[in-house]
Amino acid sequence: MNGDHIHLEFAVSGNNFASAGSASEEVKGTLKKLGIPSCDIRRVAIAMYEGEINMVIHAGGGVATADIYLDRIEIVLADKGKGIPDVELAMTPGWSTAPEDIRALGFGAGMGLPNMKKYTDEFVIESEVGVGTTVRMKIFFS
Amino acid sequence: MAKKSQIKCVLDEKALHTVTLDPEKCRGCVTCMKRCPTEAIRVRGGKASVAYERCIGCGECIRLCRYQAKKPSHDAWDTLEDFKYKIALVAPSFYGQFNNLEDINIVLNGLLAIGFDDVGEVGEAAEYITDVTRRIMTEGSIPAPIISTACPAILELILMKYHDLSERLLGTLAPVDVAAKLARERALKKGVPEEDIGVYFISPCPAKVFALKMGLGVERPYVDRVLSVSDAYMRLVPAMEKLTEIRPLARMSSTGLCWGISRGEANSTGGIKTIAADGVEQCVKILEALEDGGLSDMQFIELNACVSGCVGGVMNVENPFVARSRVHYLTRKLKSESNTIEDIGKDADWFMWEQNPSLKDVFKLDDNRLAALSKLMEKEEILKTLPMVDCGLCGAPSCTAFAEDLVGGVIPKDSVCVRK
Repeated sequence: MNGDHIHLEFAVSGNNFASAGSASEEVKGTLKKLGIPSCDIRRVAIAMYEGEINMVIHAGGGVATADIYLDRIEIVLADKGKGIPDVELAMTPGWSTAPEDIRALGFGAGMGLPNMKKYTDEFVIESEVGVGTTVRMKIFFS
Repeated sequence: MAKKSQIKCVLDEKALHTVTLDPEKCRGCVTCMKRCPTEAIRVRGGKASVAYERCIGCGECIRLCRYQAKKPSHDAWDTLEDFKYKIALVAPSFYGQFNNLEDINIVLNGLLAIGFDDVGEVGEAAEYITDVTRRIMTEGSIPAPIISTACPAILELILMKYHDLSERLLGTLAPVDVAAKLARERALKKGVPEEDIGVYFISPCPAKVFALKMGLGVERPYVDRVLSVSDAYMRLVPAMEKLTEIRPLARMSSTGLCWGISRGEANSTGGIKTIAADGVEQCVKILEALEDGGLSDMQFIELNACVSGCVGGVMNVENPFVARSRVHYLTRKLKSESNTIEDIGKDADWFMWEQNPSLKDVFKLDDNRLAALSKLMEKEEILKTLPMVDCGLCGAPSCTAFAEDLVGGVIPKDSVCVRK
């Protein structure tokens, strides 16, 4: 424990749709215990869930961490997947690489990354082909 | 929501709880505690105890207890003496309790035979809610997906845990409250003095008992007494067998009857993209998904805490799936044309919440965020020392709950894990 925040860590398993959302659920539960306003929890929930589902679909899983401070939450989603060749293109609303069988499940509408950016105050994505992708997000509480 | 002091009720203040415990029968096993959806139960001094501010009245603990130590709270049958003009309100799920029932009028006539002066159909009232819901969906005045407010256990859960979803709540009165308003109005029109009228609901679940006693979305309770299905059933069956004349009393159509089973309400909205989830664990999954921004293409979400819908209520006498099948069968006997609010000359507002129920902050560890944060940090440290097996032997449902109870001051600071 560092002196000023809570550190939560979750292993997100690849291709396991049933488990997607469990990290989001636990983070939401923690924020509710902290008394964070519901409008902020909503932003965290959307960003976190989108990130989780991305790791399930594209990266064969990864690690999600949430560091909760008095005024903000910092979320890091790191995977060792195939990486994104053109990050700018991937950030375009509606653009998707999701395979047909995944789209048939209702995922892969191409809104994941754009929504994560939209609902967070700071959003940084780093990706290298063959190495993996790391998304860092910050949300400040109102 | 009504304050406790404003409540006119028979159950005294101490007993104004969803469930009560018979300490003689409780063995202090961990079954109910482990399955409570809001972690409201702890085992203290070898007996299960409920933190009532967290109880949503779903009845899971009553259902699960193999020693029958948990009882739902309701009014006794002898409260029928309390009023001169007694009206019985019948839930659609009630009809599923009777074997070989061919006509719902037999049940309604039977109720008159056992001492009621009039009957009111909650199913008829539900059809007016259906009509209002369709209008709201057409207007688009509530952001989709709209969440049903019919199940009081789910409504309580949303008010406690899913504050962000409160803007999606349909906000119509519970069908039973509408039925009570209508029944009262009809009795007054017949010239019955107001003080003589007693409205009795035969309830399938403790959540409805509690909601009606406390008043949920209403300025004051419309129902005077809440009876249990089993008490009514025992008296009704012999009386139904002795009936010599069956008067046509039913106004309800198949639409209203279907409200007693899961999907009934969602289908009635006419929406083409609707969800109907039943069983509190599945409902929680839907609520979590909604909170994560999912299911945004849906128009309407019906959530029933009980498996199969209200027929699954813990105060019923019949198996939920058997009762559901019977309700299905009976829908064929009813008219298909649903009652509308124009038929009774009311506008949509008459069916809406009179006041919004308040959100509750029962999960917050401290009103001060900094204090809450330090408690949570302390909790994370404690968790590292626990076996994380959630055995329940310490009296908390999970290691996490034990750690939270410790930092929250719910249990003494020197409490220890019994598995270490």
